[in-house]
Amino acid sequence: MSAPASPLTHPAALALARRHRVRIWEPLPWLVAIAAYFVFPSYLTFGTEILVMVLFALSLDLALGYAGIITLGHAAFFGAGAYAAGMLSLYAGWNEPISLLLAAALVAGILGLLSGWVLLRTHGLTLLMLTLSFAALLEELCNQFIEYTGGFDGKNLDIAPVLGAFEFNPLYSNTQYLYALAVLFVMFVLVRSIVYSPFGHSLTGIRENILRMPAVGTPVQWRLAMAYSISAAVAGVAGALSAQTTLFVNQTFFNLEKSATVIIILILGGYGRLYGAFIGAIAYMALAHFLSKAYPTAWQLGLGLLLIVIALFARNGILGIGARMLRRLGGRAA
Amino acid sequence: MATPLLETRALSRNFGALAAAREIAFTLEAGARRALIGPNGAGKTTFINLLTGVLRPSFGSVLLKGRDITRFSQAERVKLGIARTFQINRLFRGLSVLENVYMAVSERVGAARSMFLPAGRRTDVIEESMHLLEALKLENDARHRISELPYGRQRLVEIAIALGLKPEVLLLDEPAAGVPSAESHIILDAVAALPAEIGVLIIEHDMDLVFRFAQRITVLVSGAVFAEGTPKEIAANPDVRAVYLGQATRE
Repeated sequence: MSAPASPLTHPAALALARRHRVRIWEPLPWLVAIAAYFVFPSYLTFGTEILVMVLFALSLDLALGYAGIITLGHAAFFGAGAYAAGMLSLYAGWNEPISLLLAAALVAGILGLLSGWVLLRTHGLTLLMLTLSFAALLEELCNQFIEYTGGFDGKNLDIAPVLGAFEFNPLYSNTQYLYALAVLFVMFVLVRSIVYSPFGHSLTGIRENILRMPAVGTPVQWRLAMAYSISAAVAGVAGALSAQTTLFVNQTFFNLEKSATVIIILILGGYGRLYGAFIGAIAYMALAHFLSKAYPTAWQLGLGLLLIVIALFARNGILGIGARMLRRLGGRAA
Repeated sequence: MATPLLETRALSRNFGALAAAREIAFTLEAGARRALIGPNGAGKTTFINLLTGVLRPSFGSVLLKGRDITRFSQAERVKLGIARTFQINRLFRGLSVLENVYMAVSERVGAARSMFLPAGRRTDVIEESMHLLEALKLENDARHRISELPYGRQRLVEIAIALGLKPEVLLLDEPAAGVPSAESHIILDAVAALPAEIGVLIIEHDMDLVFRFAQRITVLVSGAVFAEGTPKEIAANPDVRAVYLGQATRE
């Protein structure tokens, strides 16, 4: 046995040092998304919806999948972002889409920080109920100021062309799709780098053993609030993106159904693994889309059955199944 | 007299009618090797929890190098140099051994706040973590998940995490608890090899370990200091034999 020259050449050290590197298959989802633009030109409105849900689920993955924050109210930030962008364009004449996204991120992020600072002192069911209540509170607030927000009927928005050149045409979603894809990519790079940073590592630590973290000197409360705030900001961007690409916003953006859907998507795809948001959103949206066409009255039955199967047999979602199959194949080959 | 490294004054904690800690006056010097023994339920872990800030005292105070830290949070005390291990493993079970130690080192050097540099680029943190694992002869397990390790080695990771915090005060809560006797020597070796300048307080039921390791022993009974002295004095003390050692030999 020979002693290694430097501890950094140890396999464990190498694995950690290389963990963040881009893997060979990682460009694949993006290539598929670009290919879809050319292959399914008549489905671009639907495609945009999927991209928005991917981004929303990605934001939840940071909070739920990595930091272990159990929330049933993430639509609070989706709605806050959507309304931040909507209200600014309606009442302040601020129509430039990209800066509106930044404003939405800021508003949702601050809201996440403030609510997180208070709510994240609780855990488990209490936290679940409090996050749910917070979203319900915002929805009711939206309903109270119906003359400004439009309440359930909502408001139509007028958004300026992207970069002053590409208009959002309600009939053809080409601009919407590419715009959503670009925004998703930028946000994904951001979330990915956070996940692989020392900060992200400490979030994983909080998820794995929250009681140990104060004993290594982690200000758990503060770190969770930061993660929650970033997650909220990304959810806010998703909401604003939804409002901009549909040129519409209403109070259902804050809805419990929205919060629940995004959890289902993440669990379906697999949480705590970034790409679960992609797989989950595509699987959920496609299934909902085609099932509701085939069985307009009973389509949710199919979704329910699928969820039961996932919950019983594949806790790590579709990506978890894939990873297990790959491991088995690898094991046989070796 | 010089200011002791760690000191408690009349440290007390009540749980309802139960006094789990009664006016404990205790000092620990730099480089000291101290053991805390006592029957089950004597309040040993409560005392550690009071020192580390897991519990707030009902009254009394904790001082680190003369500074009153009674109101400080757990995390703040860690930053000031008080580290501990847990009686029952509290590790990051899904992560590798190296990633467990990385957690502590990255927090100590302030890397854990940074969001935009990959964790793998902090080679300083990785290198220091690997050195710690080598010192505890854990380097061959560095890649393994905690859940794949035998219990005795998991106990070593507890110690590695605590050492990654570069503590001045190290509190070991039953480091050999639950370790099969065939493996317990690795814990003994690790404890014997702790850096000399650290003040160490160990809670342990294994009397072999206590008498080999400690320069002084404090006996806690019903939350109060019952006796204190060198291992010889404690072994010869008839009262201690009656309440504690007598029971231990009967087991």
